[in-house]
Amino acid sequence: MGVSTSATAPHPSDRQRAVRDRTRRRLTRRKAVNGLMLGVVALCVVLVLVPLALILAHLLRTGAGALDGAFFTHMPAPVGERGGGMANAIVGTLILVGVAAVVGVPVGVGAGVYVAERRGTWLANTVRFLSDVLNGLPSIVMGIFAWQFLVRPVGHFSALSGGVALGAMMIPMVARTTEEMVRTVPVSLREAALALGYPRWRTALVVVLRTASAGIVTGALVALARVAGETAPLLFTAFGNQFWSTDLTQPIAALPLQIFNYAISPYDDWHRLAWAGALVLIAIILVLSVIARAATRNRFDASAGS
Amino acid sequence: MANAPQVRTIDAGTPPFVSIHDRAMGDVIYRGVILFFALCVPLLVLLVGWEIARAGWPALHRFGLSFLTSSEWNPVKHIFGAAPAIYGTLASSAIALVLATPLALGVSVWLSEFSPRSLRQPVAFLVDLLAAIPSVVYGLWGIFVLLPVLRDPVMPFLRDRLGLGHTPFFSGPAYGPSLLAAGIILAIMILPYIASVSREVLLAVPRSQREAALALGATRWEAIWHTVLPHARTGIAGGVILGLGRALGETMAVTMVIGNRPEISASLLAPGYTMASLIANEFSEASSDAHLSALMAVGFTLFVITILVNAAARWLVWRVERGGRVWA
Repeated sequence: MGVSTSATAPHPSDRQRAVRDRTRRRLTRRKAVNGLMLGVVALCVVLVLVPLALILAHLLRTGAGALDGAFFTHMPAPVGERGGGMANAIVGTLILVGVAAVVGVPVGVGAGVYVAERRGTWLANTVRFLSDVLNGLPSIVMGIFAWQFLVRPVGHFSALSGGVALGAMMIPMVARTTEEMVRTVPVSLREAALALGYPRWRTALVVVLRTASAGIVTGALVALARVAGETAPLLFTAFGNQFWSTDLTQPIAALPLQIFNYAISPYDDWHRLAWAGALVLIAIILVLSVIARAATRNRFDASAGS
Repeated sequence: MANAPQVRTIDAGTPPFVSIHDRAMGDVIYRGVILFFALCVPLLVLLVGWEIARAGWPALHRFGLSFLTSSEWNPVKHIFGAAPAIYGTLASSAIALVLATPLALGVSVWLSEFSPRSLRQPVAFLVDLLAAIPSVVYGLWGIFVLLPVLRDPVMPFLRDRLGLGHTPFFSGPAYGPSLLAAGIILAIMILPYIASVSREVLLAVPRSQREAALALGATRWEAIWHTVLPHARTGIAGGVILGLGRALGETMAVTMVIGNRPEISASLLAPGYTMASLIANEFSEASSDAHLSALMAVGFTLFVITILVNAAARWLVWRVERGGRVWA
């Protein structure tokens, strides 16, 4: 009889059912964990985007409220006087970024080309590694270095020393993107040029660098955008200036410095100007970044379509 | 020609009818020029280290090891101990890592595993945008938005409502400017760096690994947890350490929200100091050579620490890029 067998050992179908039930319960739990973790991960995305939205919203609201024509055309007003602008700081930042580009781009591109062409040699590896290290160097360290190296011997602050500090910070960024861009140039292109009798240097300049130029321009602009917002390297080099100056040997005003000085001041009017300055600074950075992206997109889209 | 990366004609100018001699000269010059530029990078690193070490030597020599361990920083009496600044740097960076790492990992997992194709690019762009905001703007936001919020609802809530005030870490008055504020700002700032490195590492995990796990009946999360994340572990660690390097040296935003008081306090609600903010605050006002030299010595300490941290991070990331068994 079926009753007697089930008393000694579980009925086969019972055991199968138990296993099936357990598997089902476990599967439900595993699916629940799966769904839960998907939710957690999505929540992380929201949590990250919230500060960005808060910062940008506050910046737009406060900055746009304080921004007017005088901000771009007027000099900073003395303490206690309302109004005034940051015309000198905007021009100062553009000058500093210009000096930085003159210093940083040639060295960065040259180093990047070297690392790409001599890939695998110990010097190339060392340069690549050290440019990564340099990229991670705190900007304040670059600032006190520039002070010690360029300001202390001369005896006074100067726009030049600030620009050089920013340029030095650009070198590793430009070198890295140049290297990556040069590596994407097909070997066949280079070999074709060499086979036509081009010397190596003309191959490099006319074929390799021109093919990679869009990417290199993008990299340089991105690096410029990043150093344009730097404050710490300028504290003891460009120093800031309340007056109009375009002289490279004199202290010069810069937007980030002006924002910092106004932010830590006790005056409401200056706080408003700091927000306006921050908005203009972000706008400059975004414009540089957008141009950078456009530079690459046009070239590659054109080539892909043909 | 599906494989051709680009189909473009290049107008390379007139063919070069030059003598072998000119050609060799050109190549020599070309090689020399790029070698010179390449050598600029190691020279710059050495020069930075040398100049700062030289300027900081008097202080390092005079105070020796006590420069790192003493907590008295008194420019008037010419006594300099950088321990509070070193503590503040490590503490604020640690808070930042604790806050930023899980969030950054979550974002990169979502981007590489779950996100719809149409959302991947925009979200990645927005996260990267966090890295484009200048430090001084973060500081501005910190002073006028974050600090008031921390001072009123957040800090008293953590201390009194949650009862964390009984631990030494959340005790004391809530001024606003504090290690906690610095840690939060730093977390927002380093997040995009950690997220972008780990996203790339996760995307580099071979598809076959995921498919093998899914074929064995794993759920998507199990496939991520048991195969994808272990595979990417080394690279993610590299990204986190890279973020640590950023946090250690970050200057302006921290200076603006940390309170700048050279004291060691276990409480995260208390103001502190970091090495970078110490230099930023006192450098222009340093009147004596001893003070200047002490600040340079702080800079040199920061230089050495960040170089070590960055070297470690790069080493880890390189190991992943080279491929092979990365989960050793």
